[in-house]
Amino acid sequence: MSDTAPVTVEATPRTLTLEIFRYNPADPASEPHFQTYTLEETAGMTLFIALSLIREEQDPGLQFDFVCRAGICGSCAMLVNGTPTLACRTLTQSLDATIRLAPLPVFELIGDLSVNTGKWMRNMSEALETWVHSQEAEDLHAMEEKMDPALAESIYELERCIECGCCVAGCGTAIMRESFVGAVGLNKITRFQLDPRDQRSDADFYELVGTDEGIFGCMTLLGCQDVCPKNLPLQSQLAFLRRKMARTGVAMTFQRRPGK
Amino acid sequence: MQRSIGVSPWLPAWMDITQSATGLILALFMWVHMFLVSSILISHEAMYRVAKLFEGYYIFGQSYPALVSGAVAAVLLLMMLHALLAMRKFPQNARQYQLFLGHKKRFRHPDTTLWWWQVVTGFLLFFLAPMHLFGMFSQPDMIGPYASASRVYHTHWPLYLVLLFAVELHGAIGLYRITVKWWSFKGVEADVLHRRLTRVKWGMSVFFIVLGLLTLTAYYRLGVEMQDQPGLRYSPATEVSQ
Repeated sequence: MSDTAPVTVEATPRTLTLEIFRYNPADPASEPHFQTYTLEETAGMTLFIALSLIREEQDPGLQFDFVCRAGICGSCAMLVNGTPTLACRTLTQSLDATIRLAPLPVFELIGDLSVNTGKWMRNMSEALETWVHSQEAEDLHAMEEKMDPALAESIYELERCIECGCCVAGCGTAIMRESFVGAVGLNKITRFQLDPRDQRSDADFYELVGTDEGIFGCMTLLGCQDVCPKNLPLQSQLAFLRRKMARTGVAMTFQRRPGK
Repeated sequence: MQRSIGVSPWLPAWMDITQSATGLILALFMWVHMFLVSSILISHEAMYRVAKLFEGYYIFGQSYPALVSGAVAAVLLLMMLHALLAMRKFPQNARQYQLFLGHKKRFRHPDTTLWWWQVVTGFLLFFLAPMHLFGMFSQPDMIGPYASASRVYHTHWPLYLVLLFAVELHGAIGLYRITVKWWSFKGVEADVLHRRLTRVKWGMSVFFIVLGLLTLTAYYRLGVEMQDQPGLRYSPATEVSQ
């Protein structure tokens, strides 16, 4: 920059007021409440930076989760003014000066803003068997089968899910009914259904999600799609799965079960 | 999480398909119904002819009001089936009400809020729609410009006013939801399509509510005009002139 370049005059920085949910379930004396913190906003400040500053300078006991700070690990999902999103990718300048932070609902609360999404995700993955099912013995020395690039691309598109839990916390069905597998689970089923290495049939997938806890429980409130920080095409995937499972269910009606 | 193995694994699929299908038929029926009753805005004669059409007059050369009763019974059965299936989705206990309403209030998400309105209007329709349906079922011959106007003016206008709003909101939101439930919006245009569809949905609700209000006003005013002549039936212009 030359010396003559105009000096940009910084506007007076805003003072942010953060109302943060505080509760420690492990402490019987702890009562759930919102605690207010104030701090001065800086350029490019994210909620991750704001929370770290509060923990460093004001309240070392404040609990929240962050790992990657880049929207990849999914651990910093929380309710920002009621909407589930990743705190590390939320710029404070995109929000009003008063910001309300709360932990994601549905998941087990560890403390303050920290929730155990891992436990929920593991239960869901085990229930839906979200791994490649193959009958053939794996030969680790053989070349992998080739896959059509377009197919690989479409599997990868769905594989981008980071299991942050935003879609579950943004889902009216998942909030009311704890057994509902959520968009994260249904999206995984569509991902394995696409994968030619997974030898499960549509009837096998129907066993997993052809229920009111699965795809037929989805009421299409579209909260999942609207909050997904990875912009996964959840509406189109869920509609696809609904059509496929509906067809499979109808076909089952007219099939005789083997051995009967 | 439960597996669908066991008795009737196909049941959830059929329930979901039937809920959408009955909703689709009922919502489209209500739109057609609105156009038919709004024939009063064209002329008394137009409304009379519509009523006669559904009594089979233009097919059999004679009126059979029982045909209307049959159609009403079919609509009632469809409604019952739809209500039975949609009830699965309602909050089932105090805890679920607390959780959902808390979520709706916090999240302020349009599609989530609209679903709540569907629950509210759906619940109203459980009770209010049969009141109208039984009248039509038991007195199918009392549909006509003067008979309907008397009914609206003397007793039914509050019922029809509430029904109008409940039906036109429930139906349009429902058709919108059926679309996003079953049709995959592909590619970058998903957001655009979603926005466009939302606009169409609101447009439909507003259009039919305005048409409904105009229609209801027309019947009411006609009812006022003929309040001194209870039981008067419309004499068709065509039969007189030909």
